[in-house]
Amino acid sequence: MRAALDVRAPFVVIVVAGLALLPVYTAASGDQFVLTLFTRIVILAIAATSLNLILGYGGMVSFGHAAYLGIGGYAVGILAAEGVGSGFVQWPVALAVSGLFALVVGALSLRTRGVYFIMITLAFAQMVYYVAAGLDRYGGDDGLTIYSRSRFAGLINLSDHTQFYYLCLALLLASIAFTWRLINSRFGMVICGSRSNDRRMQAIGFPTFRYRLAAFVIAGTWCGLAGALLANHTEFVSPAMMYWTRSGDLIVMVVFGGMGSLFGPLFGAISLLVLEEGLSRVTEYWQIILGPMLLLIVLFARGGIDGLIGRLRHG
Amino acid sequence: MKKASLAAVAALAFATGPALAQGSVKIGFVDTFSGPTAVIGNDMRNSFELALDHLGRKMGGLPVEVIYEDDQQKPEVGKQKTEKVIQSDHVNFITGYIWSNVLLASLKPAVDSQTFIISANAGPSRIAGELCSPFFFSTSWQNDQTPHAMGIYLEQKGVKTLYLLGPNYAAGKDMLAGVKATYRGQVIGEEYTKWPDQLDFSAELSKARAAKPEAIFVFYPGAAGVQFLSQYAQAGLRDQIPLYTAFTIDETTLPLQKDVALGVPGAQEWVNDLPNPANQKFVADFRAKYGHGPSFYGAQAYDAANLINSAVVAVKGDLTQKDAIRDEMRKANYASVRGPYKYGNNHFPIQNFYLQETVKNADGTFGLKTVATILKDSQDLFHATCPMKW
Amino acid sequence: MLLLVEQCLNGLQFGLLLFLLAAGLTLVFGIMDLVNLAHGSLYMMGAYFAATFVAWTGNFFAGAFLALAATLLLGIVLEMLALRPLYGRDHLDHVLGTFGLILFFNELVRLVWGPAGLSLPVPSALNTAVDIFGIYYPAYRLLIILVSLLVALFLYVVVMRTRLGMLIRAGASNREMAGALGVDIKLLFTLVFALGAALAGLAGLMHAPILTVQIGMGENILILAFVVIVIGGIGSIRGAFVAAVFVGVVDTLGRAFLPDLLRLALSSTAASTLAPALSSMLIYLLMAIVLALRPQGLFPVAGR
Repeated sequence: MRAALDVRAPFVVIVVAGLALLPVYTAASGDQFVLTLFTRIVILAIAATSLNLILGYGGMVSFGHAAYLGIGGYAVGILAAEGVGSGFVQWPVALAVSGLFALVVGALSLRTRGVYFIMITLAFAQMVYYVAAGLDRYGGDDGLTIYSRSRFAGLINLSDHTQFYYLCLALLLASIAFTWRLINSRFGMVICGSRSNDRRMQAIGFPTFRYRLAAFVIAGTWCGLAGALLANHTEFVSPAMMYWTRSGDLIVMVVFGGMGSLFGPLFGAISLLVLEEGLSRVTEYWQIILGPMLLLIVLFARGGIDGLIGRLRHG
Repeated sequence: MKKASLAAVAALAFATGPALAQGSVKIGFVDTFSGPTAVIGNDMRNSFELALDHLGRKMGGLPVEVIYEDDQQKPEVGKQKTEKVIQSDHVNFITGYIWSNVLLASLKPAVDSQTFIISANAGPSRIAGELCSPFFFSTSWQNDQTPHAMGIYLEQKGVKTLYLLGPNYAAGKDMLAGVKATYRGQVIGEEYTKWPDQLDFSAELSKARAAKPEAIFVFYPGAAGVQFLSQYAQAGLRDQIPLYTAFTIDETTLPLQKDVALGVPGAQEWVNDLPNPANQKFVADFRAKYGHGPSFYGAQAYDAANLINSAVVAVKGDLTQKDAIRDEMRKANYASVRGPYKYGNNHFPIQNFYLQETVKNADGTFGLKTVATILKDSQDLFHATCPMKW
Repeated sequence: MLLLVEQCLNGLQFGLLLFLLAAGLTLVFGIMDLVNLAHGSLYMMGAYFAATFVAWTGNFFAGAFLALAATLLLGIVLEMLALRPLYGRDHLDHVLGTFGLILFFNELVRLVWGPAGLSLPVPSALNTAVDIFGIYYPAYRLLIILVSLLVALFLYVVVMRTRLGMLIRAGASNREMAGALGVDIKLLFTLVFALGAALAGLAGLMHAPILTVQIGMGENILILAFVVIVIGGIGSIRGAFVAAVFVGVVDTLGRAFLPDLLRLALSSTAASTLAPALSSMLIYLLMAIVLALRPQGLFPVAGR
């Protein structure tokens, strides 16, 4: 793991330095939108990193990860609509509710395997989606506009784009560091071990179900945080945040960037969203380019972008 | 390493440079250009382009630059695109907006940045009421107005019992509420369907038939209107229960609906055969340029361009005078293709509504024609709850 | 009472259409172990081909036949060019790769046919409703029910009574063994995929006169088809049939009667908003319950 990090170190440094210096560029150019775009990328990278923990390391293909994004977002949105503007209330609630939901979903679905696991996680996410669509008081299908961002009693001002961006970036780096610590701990060994051979891990005496459930809950909670950030960023929540295609986007980011690699989800989020933004400026028919590109990446670049970088360095 | 990337950042900054100098009128146009409802977006874009042609692509002596963005019919995407044209392109005006939910999501970034936002179609009740803003104008209608006209027409026809059907989103709820506000008979059923992905209405049609109403009213814009009308015909309901509509039959859907649209009335604030000179020029030139007639969506986009132009001309191109721009737009001092109209305190038009019907042309194509004027100088009901006065 | 029967008929019709789509999906999934998200694109292509060929020939049935053949051919080409390299890969690779194909097909259709969509008119003889025992029912929907039942019967005969069916069943329960016994797996896979593609195309062209033919029409129904095959048990045609009818009827009855039930407890507008959401949720709830009780679906295929 450490070795793998070293090989990619220069790339990681460039990307992280680029992200850190971005506000300098936007201040110089006056193009605020680049900062808006990258805030979004960083937040989705946090969500993808949390998914990577269970998908990349634990082999649990959750096709309902966007549900946590939505739950975290709606926690902020609903509290704001009810007049609770303090982030000290909103964010812990967002984390707690998404963690709790992950606990229920995990307990019910981790008994199934393979495609059945994919579909049952999808089922739960779709149920939350339709619950949100039925919330007449909070806009139903049309979503809910958030009129002021979370307040942190003067500690940090989220309405300032630069401050908010740096907060998101710090949380992204923290989540990557956290994943790194976790994977290299005994806990992480069990999670990775149970991906390759669950029965053996059980035979050694690890209650793998509990370990896997714990990882599932951690990932869900962390994604709930990304949801709270996203709600503050877009100042708008809607059921569309957790539609199945959004869960699919997160999976694509992880696989595209490199499953089971620390910085893979970040690479995936950047390249996918920048490609989308860039290609859509070049041609209205940008998906006709992106589609086959995805297929080619799958066919010829196993391990995603992270794998490509690794091979570049070796070759 | 760091030095290199700093240099790169600096170079990029100079290359793109700030575009703040006021050499042109910049207009963001956020609309649906992908998916099945792209037909509507394209019609609006074509009409907007035609309006710019008619203006010589200049407003108040300044060249006009339009940035078209696709909202994919999704509120969150529409909001992002609105932010993009404000923050990245620094536009002076934003227009477009077919869908009420997209407009509701996009209103805040526009108003917060004090950018004028002109809806060329969507008119959700909240923006006419509590959310009304000095930076928002409409060249269309408030959602309830058109169904109000339909409700009155149903009264005139002496319909005793009515069944309502519409999609479950902001505009759908507004439309059905609008009919109920003016229709005095009995509403014996009201169904909302999933939007925009429910395409099969078999269960709802069976229920409507079983309820035995004297008439059915529906609101299904875009492709959903095509599906609804053909399923209504397949179920044999055409000969059993008459259908009344709002925004379900127009020039973008008629090529697919064809004869199932015959005999189905609708209400509209603009019809292609309105006899004013501005409209005759618009319809004739549109037909000449694109080979088919414009829809009411296009007419509203054409008006949006002319409304913006009237304000830019009044301030002689000085786009920093936002108060003067607003004062001028409030006068609606331009030749609207629907005929002259006034603005209410909430910046929604006070205007006429017409009854339209489908006709089969000699060449086998289908079109719409005005049958009657249902309402004169109609104003929406929400203007009373809008705190803005002028 | 009559309304209930009519709504069950609506549900049956929707379920049988889902079956056409799910049958191909479950075959491909069960035998080739391939998660094919592009199955929905084949459904869309079937509808576009049909709209084009019907307009061209001027005859619904001739156009439908040509469209079926075209989708079958497209299936063969797609299998050989894009999907063959994916066999034996991780399911996630399938998802990503075939997701790319969805994007590709959607844009291709937009380039070729434009964004507006097409309409495929019902054959005029069927553009009416017929009276069956007091129920007034659209004739075209009856045709859908009839054709789907015939296809189900055909599949049953092929899978249970022919040599090809034997190979298919062998492939579904143990691919390696079937290969070791000298079955030309490559050819079998191409055949099965083409069959699945034709079924998807049939579903698309049968559905087209009810809906409009438009870009992305395959995506929402694809997820429902996945729900069906998971409830039924992956690889099982019988399971797909039972689950499809079940899902169709539950979904339709939910849409039809839930609003009225909710109105007993809630205000009219709250019920109107909540009902479409809840009824859409029903089938996912159904799937979660089935999987909680039977993690391999209703009719698990032995050996998987």
